[in-house]
Amino acid sequence: MKIIVCIKQVPDTTEVRLDPVTGTLIRDGVPSIINPDDKGGLELALSLKDLYGAHVTVITMGPTQADAVLREAYAMGADRAILLTDRKFAGADTLATSNALAGALKMLEYDLIITGRQAIDGDTAQVGPQIAEHLDLPQVSYLENLEYDGNKTFRIRKATEEGYQILEVDSPCLVTVLASANKARYMSVRGIIEAYDKDVEVWGFDNISVDESKLGLKGSPTKVKKAFTKGVKSNGEVFEVDTEEAVGIIISRLKEKFII
Amino acid sequence: MDKTQYKNVFVFVEQREGQIQGVALELLGKARELADNLGEKVYAILLGNNISDKAQSLIAMGADNVVLCQDAELEQYYTESYTQAICQIVEKYKPSILLIGATTIGRDLGPRVSARLSTGLTADCTRLEISEEKELLMTRPAFGGNLMATIICSDHRPQMSTVRPGVMKALAKDDSRKGEIENMDIVFNKDKFRVRIIENVKEKGNMVDIADAKILVSGGRGCGTEEGLKRLKDLASVLKAEVSASRAVVDSGLMGHERQVGQTGKTVRPDLYIACGISGAIQHMAGMEESGFILAINKDRYAPIMQTADLGIIGDAKKIIPALTERLKSIMK
Amino acid sequence: MDFKLNKKEELFLQMIRDFAENEVKPLAAEVDEEERFPIETVEKMAKIGIMGIPIPIEYGGQGGTNQMYSMAVEELSRACATTGVVVSAHTSLCVAPIFENGTEQQKQKYLPKLCSGEWIGAFGLTEPNAGTDAAMQQTTAIDEGDKWIINGSKIFITNAGYAHVYIVIAMTDKSQGTKGISAFIVEKDTPGFTIGKKEKKLGIRGSATCELIFENCEIPKDNLLGKVGKGFGIAMKTLDGGRIGIAAQALGIAQGAMDETIKYTKERKQFNKSISKFQNTQFQLADMETKVQASRLLVRSAAYKKDNGMPYSTDAAMAKLFAAETAMEVTTKAVQFHGGYGYTREYPIERMMRDAKITEIYEGTSEVQRMVIAASILK
Repeated sequence: MKIIVCIKQVPDTTEVRLDPVTGTLIRDGVPSIINPDDKGGLELALSLKDLYGAHVTVITMGPTQADAVLREAYAMGADRAILLTDRKFAGADTLATSNALAGALKMLEYDLIITGRQAIDGDTAQVGPQIAEHLDLPQVSYLENLEYDGNKTFRIRKATEEGYQILEVDSPCLVTVLASANKARYMSVRGIIEAYDKDVEVWGFDNISVDESKLGLKGSPTKVKKAFTKGVKSNGEVFEVDTEEAVGIIISRLKEKFII
Repeated sequence: MDKTQYKNVFVFVEQREGQIQGVALELLGKARELADNLGEKVYAILLGNNISDKAQSLIAMGADNVVLCQDAELEQYYTESYTQAICQIVEKYKPSILLIGATTIGRDLGPRVSARLSTGLTADCTRLEISEEKELLMTRPAFGGNLMATIICSDHRPQMSTVRPGVMKALAKDDSRKGEIENMDIVFNKDKFRVRIIENVKEKGNMVDIADAKILVSGGRGCGTEEGLKRLKDLASVLKAEVSASRAVVDSGLMGHERQVGQTGKTVRPDLYIACGISGAIQHMAGMEESGFILAINKDRYAPIMQTADLGIIGDAKKIIPALTERLKSIMK
Repeated sequence: MDFKLNKKEELFLQMIRDFAENEVKPLAAEVDEEERFPIETVEKMAKIGIMGIPIPIEYGGQGGTNQMYSMAVEELSRACATTGVVVSAHTSLCVAPIFENGTEQQKQKYLPKLCSGEWIGAFGLTEPNAGTDAAMQQTTAIDEGDKWIINGSKIFITNAGYAHVYIVIAMTDKSQGTKGISAFIVEKDTPGFTIGKKEKKLGIRGSATCELIFENCEIPKDNLLGKVGKGFGIAMKTLDGGRIGIAAQALGIAQGAMDETIKYTKERKQFNKSISKFQNTQFQLADMETKVQASRLLVRSAAYKKDNGMPYSTDAAMAKLFAAETAMEVTTKAVQFHGGYGYTREYPIERMMRDAKITEIYEGTSEVQRMVIAASILK
């Protein structure tokens, strides 16, 4: 079985803080990590490798620094790593990103494509299903568990609001995985030592056959018109008033903050 | 693309086992506002089987038209059958805006549709407005909520957006509203149906994770009694919030450890943290100081929590909480 | 000269920090409180290769460096000093001497299982009357032709009871003094070898520290480690390496205390301001941090020298001396900063102070380190 896992390097948003004075994001010193859902997806692939001897390829699209997450994937046990990087991919929204990734995936063999459900820097959950569409693959999102019959059928437990669904789908297909589906293994010491001796393939625009108009900023239907922070945290107010008035103040503040 | 051909605000009305989901009604409310602003119509898309009886209610909730597609293939949600249906509807009606609830279904369907139509999709919007240029301004949080971004989709139609349940407000039901129900047949390409549902399982009482809660009503020693807890739960239920507690309350056995906030419990970052009778020992503060808005209610004006709180109310939580709950009930119903 | 970690080391540090934070730290208080050997953590460490870091792959090790190994002990100890010493005693005191002194047959027999963590290792040198004066060995090993017969006892043996393989130092010829001392490999469950009483300790309370008792314990002839009469040298060289591990452990404890103290002094308010705003706090924290960083450089330098085949005995002694005394000083001050809270088990800081003390004592007391250092400069 050939598995491809799409991973993304993201800033660890739990470490992102707002500057209390300017209200801007402090990105300095924020570590870059493998997106948690993607790591769960990689774990799923590696566990299938443990059980069925699958060959696991990881691919990431990003700047050259994204090499780091591929090394981490090697250290966890991946067999092949591809870095998809090109200025022409820059500024991509989810659709343009999915076009580039699908273009690369078309050059590869696969029985199963795994992506994370969503990335913590964007939380869109769109790229996985969009890739599936470009590759004309059936998709199952919100995967919690996957069983493989050893032949060609996957039995998948998908999370829903009320509980879960059991679905069956044949390979090839694409699944999007929840981080909570699998506790990702740690990199092994030997894996770490060997990770930098392995080859990371660097692919660019010329390695994929996708029309330039579908890539990067040009190929992105959505654009960011403006980005802003929620504002500086002002000094709090303290009131000592009767119950009635207190309730009034609380309600008005919560409304101002769009909380209710 | 000739954008002028695209008109009207469409809402994908999600149903499960024939039950219209609340988020769809919320979206109809928003769609009404957007369509009025544009001088266009609101269309509800209702997919399912034997559900024509639900169509009229959508008009009462703000739709001008209902596109009703009934087919055995649409009885249950499948990515492919629903994608084919939505795409055929878009092709026929050419909507300017298409709104989808950001449920596990909507977040599966939305990107698939957007890719098939090669148009933009903005996920989990918290605000939708119409710009002066008559474009849809879609505002959403990014970076774990640290950053807000306003997104536009200028050159492609429809402008697609998903919105989480509870973000928009449904209109009050108005049975006097008039509208049209249009039946449409979908022609399926069944070769592409490759996923099979084996079983649907409903589980209640999924483990709560207070770290996921948008609003937390948290009790400390000052609320550490059965009745105190009851008051917190009442407030939480009105706010669709979870309850949490300081260590003192958890240690007393009133609440499980999974709901403890603080250094030895969980770190939480809800949009609103209501600290009731919590003095704010640093172990506790370490677990909640990053909350979006902190409301502290405490008798002690010198309690450390008062310095961290965005709004501090000096008073008796025993009295203020029930009063607040009642007032919220009256305005949030 | 390069003070920067290379990419492998950076990636390694990322992994070990993540592991320590998520797998080790949550158990630290419990392991201390219940005086419980963290066997589940050992199993997890074994799985990812932490039990055989600096040993070549051909012997089942990870092919890593002593630098990585010391980083591992530091990061584990930063979360839980007990876990740090389990790895340190295993690696430095059992795996390393077999790798450095064993026959090919011994290496093939023991190293793969030790490095995979299937077996834990321990080292027995100290006796009731042979502490700092290690030459006063009373445990004897008699050559019986096809076997050795060991009699005597060892005390304060780390990992005892949980270990499968013990390096045991014994007198083979009393008349020869230190030249009559030899080293042996003894497996658990060897008839005549039993584990005695478990010590109740001030710190590192989760580590198993017991007596080893040998009563006509017969071991195969092949279990002699190195040559007859070379045991004292093997023991001393083993301790040289071990000191890097213990220095790393002390460094980790000190760093853990710094982490807690920095966080606490920023949060704790007295007289309407964070106590970190007081100059007394700032100056003391600056001194503490400087010493911690100086310890780290000493540890890194000693590990570097060992990795590069340079003499490192004095460096290891300096690293251990300075890191251990720093750990004691930093943790004591950290408790002071935490005030009454620091004295309670609500906070981890009192545990760190208790754990720090042993680093000034075992694998050569601070006084022994001074002797080693003085001897090297006065020779």
